[in-house]
Amino acid sequence: MVDIPFDQVAGIPPAEVAEVELYHPHSWWTRYVFSQDAKVIAVQYSITAMSIGMVALVLSWMMRLQLGFPGTFSFIDANQYLQFITMHGMIMVIYLLTALFLGGFGNYLIPLMVGARDMVFPYVNMLSYWVYLLAVLVLAATFFVPGGPTGAGWTLYPPQAILSGTPGQDWGIVLMLASLILFIIGFTMGGLNYVVTVLQARTRGMTLMRMPLTVWGIFTATVMALLAFPALFVASVMLLLDRLLGTSFFMPTLVEMGQLTKYGGGSPILFQHLFWFFGHPEVYIVALPAFGIISDLISTHARKNIFGYRMMVWAIVAIGALSFVVWAHHMYVSGMHPYFGFFFATTTLIIAIPTAIKVYNWVLTLWRGDIHLTVPMLFALGFIVTFVNGGLTGLFLGNVVVDVPLSDTMFVVAHFHMVMGIAPIMAVFGGIYHWYPKVTGRMLNDALGRFHFWVTFIGAYAVFFPMHYLGLLGMPRRYHDIGETTFVPASAHDLNAFMSVAALIVGFAQLVFLFNLVWSLFKGKEAGGNPWGATSLEWQTPETPPGHGNWGKELPVVYRWAYDYSVPGAARDFIPQNEPPAKVLAQGAHP
Amino acid sequence: MTETTLATPKARPGTIPGLRGIAADWASDQRAFKNVSWGKAMMWIFLLSDTFIFSCFLLSYMTARMSTTVPWPNPSEVFALNIGGQHIPLILIAIMTFILISSSGTMAMAVNFGYRRDRVKTAALMLATAAFGATFVGMQAFEWTKLIMEGVRPWGNPWGAPQFGACFFMITGFHGTHVTIGVIFLIAIARKVLRGDFDVERRGFFTSRKGYYEIVEIMGLYWHFVDLVWVFIFAFFYLW
Repeated sequence: MVDIPFDQVAGIPPAEVAEVELYHPHSWWTRYVFSQDAKVIAVQYSITAMSIGMVALVLSWMMRLQLGFPGTFSFIDANQYLQFITMHGMIMVIYLLTALFLGGFGNYLIPLMVGARDMVFPYVNMLSYWVYLLAVLVLAATFFVPGGPTGAGWTLYPPQAILSGTPGQDWGIVLMLASLILFIIGFTMGGLNYVVTVLQARTRGMTLMRMPLTVWGIFTATVMALLAFPALFVASVMLLLDRLLGTSFFMPTLVEMGQLTKYGGGSPILFQHLFWFFGHPEVYIVALPAFGIISDLISTHARKNIFGYRMMVWAIVAIGALSFVVWAHHMYVSGMHPYFGFFFATTTLIIAIPTAIKVYNWVLTLWRGDIHLTVPMLFALGFIVTFVNGGLTGLFLGNVVVDVPLSDTMFVVAHFHMVMGIAPIMAVFGGIYHWYPKVTGRMLNDALGRFHFWVTFIGAYAVFFPMHYLGLLGMPRRYHDIGETTFVPASAHDLNAFMSVAALIVGFAQLVFLFNLVWSLFKGKEAGGNPWGATSLEWQTPETPPGHGNWGKELPVVYRWAYDYSVPGAARDFIPQNEPPAKVLAQGAHP
Repeated sequence: MTETTLATPKARPGTIPGLRGIAADWASDQRAFKNVSWGKAMMWIFLLSDTFIFSCFLLSYMTARMSTTVPWPNPSEVFALNIGGQHIPLILIAIMTFILISSSGTMAMAVNFGYRRDRVKTAALMLATAAFGATFVGMQAFEWTKLIMEGVRPWGNPWGAPQFGACFFMITGFHGTHVTIGVIFLIAIARKVLRGDFDVERRGFFTSRKGYYEIVEIMGLYWHFVDLVWVFIFAFFYLW
């Protein structure tokens, strides 16, 4: 390779590769429907994910109605309850959160934040969305097939997942597995794009350690997803073969309805290992992008540089790596070797260290910052609170002796909803309020946003905080009806009713949010290019919303990290990443 | 963090040897892997992901085989052929393996001639690779047919653990699918090479991007990977 010296003037090396010509749309169809523009694909991903997410929200209402007022609603029977649980969990974790963070935020923000014109392979990126849409349609179809969707629980544990006692045994489980396989294929096409774009398509001056933490979070989560989804893919294929061809990968010899089944010799625990080898990294696939987004929101809205940027990056990478060696902490009661429990409890507790580093750094970023309590900031603060809450109960459940009595109780439900339900969705909302002005050119309505935040935040606590207590009482999860039990006092039933009412109110607050999204698109305040005074590249585009190719004629050149807020002596309280040092000097600041 | 010190002229990242060079590359802007194109990087990362898929398949198979309580059929008898009155164990698999390894050789030569822009030789070698691949899949189909005739099914077989057939059909089927996809792409790219698409930088039908001879090497990466996976399947399924 030719030895080229650094650009003498600004310390920025010259461009290494020639720009690749983009595909320019010729018609309405190629501009808005079969678009190869990452920004359009991001919006398509987001709308699809939120639409199917609404279905999951309604399902959660149904479950809460049944739990709060058992026996009142005749249209919810035990089978349907199991189906609602399964579809709610599966949709929320995979089809909403994973797709929204990686396909939605990832597609929109990665090229803009690293200074690229688009993803590296726009055509493959477009295919990714269409395969994802197909996966969602197959999933939605399960509601209309004979027998309805599967009721196996979102973990789809065999043997019960494919036995005849489980609802949706005919069609539901088959379509569910097919949909998962499609989702993984679609995700892989997108994920390869995100990883290669971050690694190989950054603009001049954009080193890895100058990237906003949002990109770091999404990038690490994508790498993890590319390594974790294969396990789910294999588990889905094998379970599908067990169901359709009568193989016995996961199915032991068992008697069903007095009849010996055709199966024999399989290992249900093998499925659990495969599932959780995917399932635990999946938790962090959802959490890491949230970590990144929250870091950027806090820094921007507290007008202060992020505390300990390098440690934040290494914490993300460390959490990503560690999350591959903790999976069996979901299986303490599965009957695996007890020594495994010792190993996995140790690794699980070690994850608390990088996670705690992140939480401390967020708090230290806020410390003596110029905190603007904007709507994105409120959601960011809400994230920290709910995440710490859920993380602490995670320490309880990570210990074998504490976990065993709490397994399959409402305590577990409360824990994972706090840590990977409410917390990431807070980051999603915060991110949407923060970047909506860039996507549409208009601000979201502030009053509606504040209403949305407070109802969601307080409501989420009203739903899930008492649930810890119910779990400690021993109230089991996934039960259609508790009935008369001595260990659950009558007051617990009142508590359940209270939680259900809170859940309904929280759900309606989300309708306000959806209304806000549509209303502000037409009536929102004009935002301008950089309404929050943020430093990262996506706010420095020549047009808002950014046009095809993002940057006009010249790609931006990056001179600094993404967190130069409140630099002493600077003319403004932020210095954009692409502001040349000479210009900053001219304004009288030291660079 | 405002690193705006005027840089002294020094060697660019990508030119420093050893570990320091790797650190310099990763600390630099634009690209973490210098001299690696987008397409090649994408194929490598895809293959890493695919490695996890095959690893999961093979580990599941090993779990099934180690934990079964009934005997596992003896592969050297199951996969034996009677040729000319001789009972030769694993003969078909040996030939299949030889063919697939040979196809890696022709693929490597195709990559070489591709970078020399020798259209005819590149295309011919790619087609030879595709022919080897198709032969491999054909022999696999023969093997499947033979086993099915003998009564092996995904849900059972005459000799022992029912997981034998399940694992066999699933793993070789998944690998055979990879080979088949490879053959299709080999033929498609060979056609483009022969037509001179990469000399005139003709745009792709779907992607409307210009193509380069590098695609031959990217195809080669995939093909060698599929061969490598076969070596593991061969070792763990047939030789165990």
